[in-house]
Amino acid sequence: MTPSDALIEVQNLTMAYGDFILQQNLTFSIKKGSIFAIMGESGCGKSTLLRHLTGLKRPATGDISFSGKNFWKSSKKERIQRMQKCGVLYQSGALWSSMSIGENIALPLQQFTDLPTKLIAEIVDLKLALVGLKGFAKYPPSAISGGMRKRAGLARAIALDPEIVFFDEPSAGLDPISSKMLDDLILELRDSLGATIVIVTHELPSIFALADDSIFLDTETRTMLATGDPNILARESKSLKVKQFLSRSVSLTNQP
Amino acid sequence: MNPDCALQADHKKETLCLTFLGSWTVHIEPCALPDFSHLFTPQTKILSFDTRHLIEWDSRFLVELCRITEIAEKQAITIEPKGLPSGVSNLLRLSQKKTFAPPDNRYSDPGILDGIGRHAIEFGKQSNEMLAFTGEILLSYIRFFTGHARYLKKDFSFFLYDCGPQALPIVALISFLVGLTLAFIGAVQLKMFGADIYVANLVGLTMTREMGPMMAAIIMAGRTGASYAAQLGTMQVNEEIDALDTMGINSFDFLVLPRLTALIIMMPLLAICADFIGIFGGFFIGCLSLDISPAMYYEQTIKAITLNHFLVGMIKSVVFGYLVAFCGCIKGMHCGRSADAVGKATTSAVVTAIVFIVISDAGFTFFFNVLGI
Repeated sequence: MTPSDALIEVQNLTMAYGDFILQQNLTFSIKKGSIFAIMGESGCGKSTLLRHLTGLKRPATGDISFSGKNFWKSSKKERIQRMQKCGVLYQSGALWSSMSIGENIALPLQQFTDLPTKLIAEIVDLKLALVGLKGFAKYPPSAISGGMRKRAGLARAIALDPEIVFFDEPSAGLDPISSKMLDDLILELRDSLGATIVIVTHELPSIFALADDSIFLDTETRTMLATGDPNILARESKSLKVKQFLSRSVSLTNQP
Repeated sequence: MNPDCALQADHKKETLCLTFLGSWTVHIEPCALPDFSHLFTPQTKILSFDTRHLIEWDSRFLVELCRITEIAEKQAITIEPKGLPSGVSNLLRLSQKKTFAPPDNRYSDPGILDGIGRHAIEFGKQSNEMLAFTGEILLSYIRFFTGHARYLKKDFSFFLYDCGPQALPIVALISFLVGLTLAFIGAVQLKMFGADIYVANLVGLTMTREMGPMMAAIIMAGRTGASYAAQLGTMQVNEEIDALDTMGINSFDFLVLPRLTALIIMMPLLAICADFIGIFGGFFIGCLSLDISPAMYYEQTIKAITLNHFLVGMIKSVVFGYLVAFCGCIKGMHCGRSADAVGKATTSAVVTAIVFIVISDAGFTFFFNVLGI
């Protein structure tokens, strides 16, 4: 991948909480328009890496660049502008419970555009229709199911037509059918909007169905063990742990 | 139309070709919503698009396009989507895909009558809940006195400490200032009649019968009642209450009983402290600014306050304690499962408790007046 292809570049990133180093020497890049999966065991720092990529946490050391521009060396105004080009779908949907679903989606449009109210309402209806929730604008988040909350959260994440959409464990807590439907929706939105998708997940079906690039974080060595297409990693990775993870098997440990 | 985004309409026989120019994004300057209906003539049978000069597009373009196609569909005009960017066609197809349908329109804007009806039903529901909660409290105390209630004694001690010694400084400060204010206002009026010494009666009686218990209760409603509602509400959100119930531990005995009992026990003690400190506030003003000797003020206060007055204040404070804990616990236990619901439960607990305190105080005053106490 040439540097010009990369939308996000991470160089020698170290993530730490105080003196405790969670992950170090992370170097990878995310190609524009790709679906990138962040994989690893529970507690390895996947969600923390997502917090670094979304600008919520400053790296202990190392750099994160968007379109060749170092995020943390940019001015605060530039950082805010960059964040407006990103949408995030949190594990629970993270909808604001004091607002209706429609108001949740309308808020970023009201805050960052000068569009008239009627047009905002039409965009809200369109976003809800895109995620399959047409007619739910007046519903409070508490009145819909977990899967629907994630869809509503996705509608809010794409409200401003972001360049990058981050997903924190989108399939967590969903039944296999809802999970598959959400995966299909992510693919369709990527193909239609042309957005770059970054997913934190350990759901193997989602990883294989969606991701065309990935990184595997290890708890033991506290660094990345592999990077690349997960379908290829499952067959050809030199790391036993990565193979075990991607084949959902512990029997590989006994192999020579 | 804004110069950043322009639309050209070319009529060729039965075909209307719409050419989109420039950037059709949400970030272009606001413009009045265009009326697209004039684009179509009675001869128009086919609608086609040319987006070769479309620089960039997003949801704004999609929404405007939807509006145009809607008008075309109404006029039975054939739409040829060939000229649209592939992403746009995909998104339009996706937006027409039906996945979930809202079960009803219960969250649509209600009319006035509808709103009144809903509020009346809600009021009825809440009254019913309060009655049921009172019944639960009764059953819980029966279990408590028969030794069947499960709760942590450590929790009970904590609540006693939290709503007793921990609350004392703020209750003391407010009571002192109330006593002080009463004495000041009383002194101005009574001085006109040369009856300065009766400031002691005024402050003593008001503090023991009314202000001591009531001020303590209002402070506890804002402090402890709100905290009970927030604690139990958050436990409801985190499914901690469900976890207790599924283990077979009665959540009511475990959570409500110790809180309620602690406040019922501590409220009269706080009221006694509030009485004494409020009277001391009056004493302070009486002696310093009205030149009443401390001994005279003390004598006059002792003469004014009888055991009956003191007991009236104590009865009130027990009831107020119950009301504050009741409102905090019921709002917390019946809280919804969101951050917003916890906020609403907390506000509602404080407001309801204060309203109940004032209403019951008025009731008590009338009742004791009838009894001549």
